[in-house]
Amino acid sequence: MISLSHFLVLGAILFCIGVAGIFLNRKNVIVLLMAIELMLLAVNMNFVAFSYFLSDLSGQVFVFFILTVAAAEAAIGLAILVVWFRNRRTINVEQLDTLKG
Amino acid sequence: MVNFEIPNFVPALPEIFVLTMACVILIFDLFIKDNDRIVTFVLAIGTLVGAMMLTISLSETGRVLTFNDMFVSDPMGNVLKVFIYLVTAVVFIYSRQYLKQRGLFKGEYFVLGLFGVLGMMVMVSAHSMLTLYMGLELLSLSLYAMVAFQRDSLSATEAAMKYFVLGALASGMLLYGMSMLYGVAGTLDIAGISAVVAQSPNNIILLLGLAFVVVGLAFKLGAVPFHMWVPDVYQGAPTPVTMYIGAAPKIAAFAMVMRLLVEGLGDLHGHWQTMLVVLAILSIVIGNVVAIAQTNLKRMLAYSTISHVGFILLGILAGTENGYSASMFYVVVYALTSMGAFGMIIVLSRAGFEADNIDDFKGLNERSPWLAAMMMILMFSMAGVPPTVGFYAKLSVLQSIVQVDLVWLAVTAVVFSVVGAFYYLRIIKTMYFDKPEDTAKIEAGMDMRIVISLNSLGMLALGIFPAALMQWCIVVM
Repeated sequence: MISLSHFLVLGAILFCIGVAGIFLNRKNVIVLLMAIELMLLAVNMNFVAFSYFLSDLSGQVFVFFILTVAAAEAAIGLAILVVWFRNRRTINVEQLDTLKG
Repeated sequence: MVNFEIPNFVPALPEIFVLTMACVILIFDLFIKDNDRIVTFVLAIGTLVGAMMLTISLSETGRVLTFNDMFVSDPMGNVLKVFIYLVTAVVFIYSRQYLKQRGLFKGEYFVLGLFGVLGMMVMVSAHSMLTLYMGLELLSLSLYAMVAFQRDSLSATEAAMKYFVLGALASGMLLYGMSMLYGVAGTLDIAGISAVVAQSPNNIILLLGLAFVVVGLAFKLGAVPFHMWVPDVYQGAPTPVTMYIGAAPKIAAFAMVMRLLVEGLGDLHGHWQTMLVVLAILSIVIGNVVAIAQTNLKRMLAYSTISHVGFILLGILAGTENGYSASMFYVVVYALTSMGAFGMIIVLSRAGFEADNIDDFKGLNERSPWLAAMMMILMFSMAGVPPTVGFYAKLSVLQSIVQVDLVWLAVTAVVFSVVGAFYYLRIIKTMYFDKPEDTAKIEAGMDMRIVISLNSLGMLALGIFPAALMQWCIVVM
């Protein structure tokens, strides 16, 4: 039997991979977008698990909203990436360095 | 058995109005010529004025819950919303000329601005974690797009990219915290969470959720050590967008902290107070010290924002009604003052020239004594020099933390605001005692000059008569 804590541990692991992906990634901005998506999915996992074990639907409703927002967020993120690529001709994270101080 | 009740739409009328108008303007803007773009601008201002009248007319009713308790209309929310409209409308007025000179005077700026306002209104009126999150994302997504609005500018797009990644990270943290709170409370409703928290204040999962929520909020507010995005975004974004980000969203962020930490997790005050003390102290120290080293005015104002956020947190962490109203007073005053400071950059800029370096203010007194005086008032207000209103804002926040026996915190805050006064005074010195390098005529139109004068003199007038606004902030708590 899969218990609540299994789901929570999975959620925590996914979330940590997402956060680590944002901070450790030194190459590609698209990987950043994927890491962000992974974080949101980890949260969804938590919500669905809690919702199931609490027999309360509102958590699952929240997941639908998060999924929708994540889609909108990915669209805007990719749009910004395209605009930045046009100006900089690269998608290397290390090139995000003209603003300093 | 399904019971379908039609919710009471009346408390949400201002939101519905802004949403409808934003959509109408978006469509309408497609059909007008570039030369008539001013119509979009007038409609956007009209929307804010209409929303303000609606909010004021609804303010008699007191606290009303609707939409299955997901939405609340209460006096605090109404006052904050009125200031959000006011600040945004003034930002739009400041932006017009700047955008026009750079070929950016497009409907999108105003439509995104209005959607951002809608997001802030939803945040202010949220009574469920779901509505809070939706409002926050509506605001954030509009802001990301606005920062990247100047598509051919490398610094603007880079700022947008950084803002997007760190903003999404913050949303993720906040959501993770919310999922933990939901797991413990079994409800998304703020009042429901508060009831559960009151029964089991030492639940470890609850505290874990609280920690993530505080990190998420600190990211959104721009408190140290989660402030990395603030200077880059402020410097890189086009100045009107910086002004927009720096002013109204701070008011909404304050509301978000109040709804989540104070209304929802009020019984965990002992726990989040410690976290906020650390955030506030670090923000005030690092914000003020690093600002001294800046040569770019927008970047300097970004670090000054960070230190002001520290002060806003000070009032909240006191955990008393005095503290909350002091914080509310502070955040409103800060939004109005920072708007003026960025407005001055816009006033001095012209086509192809950004007055965003401190050196661009050299000898402003010789070029325009009136504008120099206005800038001086704004800088005094930021530094907290009487008789400007910034002094009362700082005083009331400090008073509220002294009342809860955090004297050492108050002393540290005062010492570092004295350090902070140095870089505000340096601007005044630059304006009055240096020779002008840039001798071009200041091109700002009469409307801009009137708005900036009203803005600065307003700060002075509020400083001489702070009682009315202060009273407002106290009554609604």
